[in-house]
Amino acid sequence: MDPEFSKGFSDQIRAAAAERRALRIRGGGTKDFYGNEPRGELLDTRGCSGIVAYEPSELVVTARCGTLLADLIEVLFKQGQFLPFEPPGFGPGATLGGCVAAGLSGPRRASAGAVRDFMLGATILDGRGRMLAFGGQVMKNVAGYDVSRVLAGSLGTLGLILEISLKLAPRPVSELTLALEMPQAKALESMNRWAGQPLPISATAWRDGAFELRLSGAQGAVRAAADKLGGERVDSDSAARFWAGIREQSEPFFALPAPLWRLSLPSRAPQIELPGEQLIEWGGALRWLKSGADAATVRAAAAGAGGHATQFRASDKPGGAFAPLPPELARLHRELKQTFDPAGILNPGRLYQEF
Amino acid sequence: MGSALPQIDFQKQKNVAQALRAFLPERCVLWQEEDTRPYECDGLTAYRRLPMVVALPETEEQVQRILRTCHALGVPVVPRGAGTGLSGGALPLGDGVLLSLAKFMRVVRVDPLARIAVVQPGVRNAAISDVVAPFGLYYAPDPSSQIACSIGGNVAENSGGVHCLKYGLTVHNVLRVKGYTMQGEEVDFGSEALDAPGYDLLALVIGSEGLLAVITGVTVKLLPKTEAARVIMASFDDVQKAGDAVAAVIGAGIIPAGLEMMDKPATLAVEQFVHAGYDLEAAVILLCESDGSVEEVEEEISKMKEVLRAAGATRLAVSRDEAERLRFWSGRKAAFPAVGRISPDYYCMDGTIPKKRLGEVLNFIGSLEKKYGLRCPNVFHAGDGNLHPLILFDANDADQLKRTEEFAAEVLEKCIEVGGTITGEHGVGVEKIDQMCLQFGTAELEIFHSIKRAFDPKGLLNPGKAVPALSRCAEFGRMHVHAGKLDHPALPRF
Repeated sequence: MDPEFSKGFSDQIRAAAAERRALRIRGGGTKDFYGNEPRGELLDTRGCSGIVAYEPSELVVTARCGTLLADLIEVLFKQGQFLPFEPPGFGPGATLGGCVAAGLSGPRRASAGAVRDFMLGATILDGRGRMLAFGGQVMKNVAGYDVSRVLAGSLGTLGLILEISLKLAPRPVSELTLALEMPQAKALESMNRWAGQPLPISATAWRDGAFELRLSGAQGAVRAAADKLGGERVDSDSAARFWAGIREQSEPFFALPAPLWRLSLPSRAPQIELPGEQLIEWGGALRWLKSGADAATVRAAAAGAGGHATQFRASDKPGGAFAPLPPELARLHRELKQTFDPAGILNPGRLYQEF
Repeated sequence: MGSALPQIDFQKQKNVAQALRAFLPERCVLWQEEDTRPYECDGLTAYRRLPMVVALPETEEQVQRILRTCHALGVPVVPRGAGTGLSGGALPLGDGVLLSLAKFMRVVRVDPLARIAVVQPGVRNAAISDVVAPFGLYYAPDPSSQIACSIGGNVAENSGGVHCLKYGLTVHNVLRVKGYTMQGEEVDFGSEALDAPGYDLLALVIGSEGLLAVITGVTVKLLPKTEAARVIMASFDDVQKAGDAVAAVIGAGIIPAGLEMMDKPATLAVEQFVHAGYDLEAAVILLCESDGSVEEVEEEISKMKEVLRAAGATRLAVSRDEAERLRFWSGRKAAFPAVGRISPDYYCMDGTIPKKRLGEVLNFIGSLEKKYGLRCPNVFHAGDGNLHPLILFDANDADQLKRTEEFAAEVLEKCIEVGGTITGEHGVGVEKIDQMCLQFGTAELEIFHSIKRAFDPKGLLNPGKAVPALSRCAEFGRMHVHAGKLDHPALPRF
């Protein structure tokens, strides 16, 4: 990483650290709603943009944090490749740095993996303004602790992510979406059962009896799976719009009144009985809940099912956005934060109020 | 390299053994030399050291008490799984306890509908797939040592295997890890859901080489077995052409289930050992596998054949049935032991490089063979750029040993130079600890040490492995100078 790109950032971080002033690291600001409320002096990452290296046959791309996610996806598309975790942008201004910092993955997550699964390396500025490089640009690398994966979902609390190397994959040759109808319990059972069979299922979405399922892969495999699973075949334009709507949360479900909860559960957890409406993705492992139920009730239901609940979009997030950690993990979190950001100035409170 | 001589403080040994015997039955504490000798090394046999005491707990509570006891006494602990590791990660300490998890061999729970298995750390990698096979499922990562290596060790090293290009490493296939910190505190990373709140500590612990926690439970993700799999054996008369063929396959939008390369010296060694049916005329062979539904495999195999032929393959053979497919793979999986038969000793490297630099690096290795007067067959996870050059030597010849070490160091440094890494899947352990000084700067190493302190403030869990002390790097004399400047230039470095 050319130090010139980061000189301004580094100076800003050092000055803030000296005065213990909070910095709010921000790219396009499309995920300002996520986590706890951002605060502090703005550090805008958008000036640090561009693809640094991309060779399709290496299946690796390295790009700077301010690179627009849409631009990156476009460049990969032209080479027949993509980001398999299908990240949401939540707006045209979404940047790669924000995508990694938020660690949010889209409809393909259950079959392809999450942001962290594709992280190969990162260059960051820590809370002392030091430039650090972890991981690399190769697919297998076990030298040193795997810090770059930990950055995914750290919400900028461990460092300003300057440059990111991601593993890529070729886009599937063919895709087909099927529309089925079944009640929630049967849909959950089917999602789990089918995921245990060699079927090329790349996304699922259930909502109010309507069950959409996407197949991706070689033509023969998609055709054979579609014949086996039945249902109505959705034309490709409508299917693309539908999955984009799920990914970007522009589907009507997400416009329902009431706070939006994200329940991450074991895929085979039974139907969760909570007031409100639900939309289920990831083969049962992700359950969106639109509900006015109080936080303690939702968190208890998620924990009881073996998972956790996040207050994803809400005007007020009592008790914080994320599920509280058990004491031994909370201690490790505080100490990791201390390791990377001893002055506690990088996006303080964004992940957990206490740091 | 490590000394084989016992350097044991017998009084301390007695005290520690007694402290452990207070809650462990006799069969679980070894301290006499004839009992501790089998633990003197792991798969990296060039380094040997007798442990002061070996503890073989049978319950999680015993693991916790061993850790608490050692923590209180200030005695270092080295965790060990099956002892097949290739970087000396389980090399014992003469003043420490070797904590073997070998008795934790139970598959606790298999949930076929959720496609997970909860296993104890001593369960062998291949045993997981065996147990879940009746449900049409398997555990994907398949290191070559899979019949012997244990899942706990796989987690510690973030093991790969020949199918990880398509199916990922251990970190991609483990959902949850339970264990204990050095203080004996119970920790639980990840969950049966696809993510957990807060930092991804699971990713941090996987591949941490036993420095952060002792693992007592692992929840693995299981995948449905594919309907069909076939492998192409493609021959090439030139290394560079084979390297270009690898790029061409991936450039054609194919992710083979496995994509392996072996050079002629390696195929010759293997062929005598397992009769895999390899083309012994070829300078290099590629094994290129497709799996999926029957239709998918047919489609992909014909596409791959076309690409390989266009890339200059001199011969193509496609496995006709499952037996032949397994035979083609058996040679690759037996490459290390096969080489072990043609040389008194061999030294296996594990660098990863960008695939486009393959020809250059292999030519460089060829020049080192001449420079050091040592042979070096190559096997190579070509799809993901992970090299396993095997330097052949005789450890009884001190000069050969020295030349081997210099040879290996030059290869690792070359891997860094071309933008790769010193270890793709075997870990740093004690073996590559000096090269860590080249791959990382002082600031990164400081961060690693600080992470270690967060988990293990006294530095008692597997000390001296994986992350070099800054003083060691200074001694090694080739401190990696990052971005053109040394951090804290005023600090004395001894």
